[in-house]
Amino acid sequence: MSKELYIFLAILIMAIVTYIPRAIPISFMKHEIKNKYVKSFLFYVPYAVIAALIFPSILYVTDNMIIASIGAFIALVLSFFRQKLIVVALVSVVSVYGLLWLFQLLGW
Amino acid sequence: MLGYIAVSFSFGVMAVGECGITPLVSIIISLTNLTSSGQQAGVKMISEAASLLEIGLTVLLINLRYSLMSLSLSQKIDQDTPTGLRLLFGFGISDEVYAVAVTEREKINAKYMFGLILLPFLGWVFGTALGAYASKVITDDKLLSALGIALYAMFIAIIIPDARRSIKITFVILVSISISCFLYYVPYVNTIGLGFKIIISTVISSLLATFLFPISDDIEDIDEKGKEDIENE
Repeated sequence: MSKELYIFLAILIMAIVTYIPRAIPISFMKHEIKNKYVKSFLFYVPYAVIAALIFPSILYVTDNMIIASIGAFIALVLSFFRQKLIVVALVSVVSVYGLLWLFQLLGW
Repeated sequence: MLGYIAVSFSFGVMAVGECGITPLVSIIISLTNLTSSGQQAGVKMISEAASLLEIGLTVLLINLRYSLMSLSLSQKIDQDTPTGLRLLFGFGISDEVYAVAVTEREKINAKYMFGLILLPFLGWVFGTALGAYASKVITDDKLLSALGIALYAMFIAIIIPDARRSIKITFVILVSISISCFLYYVPYVNTIGLGFKIIISTVISSLLATFLFPISDDIEDIDEKGKEDIENE
């Protein structure tokens, strides 16, 4: 398979599996899901997915794992105190950027 | 709106700068997908040349949450809304669109949904383009590296406030992270693809939480939370 075809198919598949869960229930479901286990599973999945997406990948966003860990910790603390998404993101980016310079200047 | 541009900007930077995808492709992904976590995982897997099956399964699992939102909105939408229109605006049900729509006091209709979706959609595509081309222009390696943490920081900001509210959510997050780290670091096990690592972590931790702490009313809590967030804006 050529690289172009691979990317094209990957995007097509991504679009389809993104569209189906969004559009099908609202288009065809006329009553509510009653089963509490199905409801519970659907309730927990987003948190589990996002958690697995973050860790441990976040530790490898820079070559220096210590800096990445500090960045992750700052994001955790800010989120705990319910700061806005954009604030959490900006402060983390600026901190990591500052630390990268600091570590270089210190020769670590 | 600003939030959408910020998230899609960091997606653009990540897709082009980190995963080596062309700006045009990253824009096409945003046009056709309109979702942050699914796209992020998708481009990472594309850059690792993962199998199409793995990409499809992972992105489907990541987007499973939308079926819950879509289902919840199906109770909210005007009963007379034609299926054709529902199939159209269903494309635009994102986390933020859902939070706003579900907290409307009255029944909502198709016109309302299209109005709600338009700006986020434009912001999403515009932000992606901005980020994609910015990562071509920015030559500062440190800045590009630092921008890489933005999307993860936002993911943290999405789940932590809920985790603070509910011990059950904290539980599922911690179990998922533990399994994810296990699959990442333990020899032999860590040879499986990123997508399968995410799928395994998610399914095991969610099933465990479902059987230990089945919930029936927490879904109403999401609505409450959405309301709070809007009031905070």
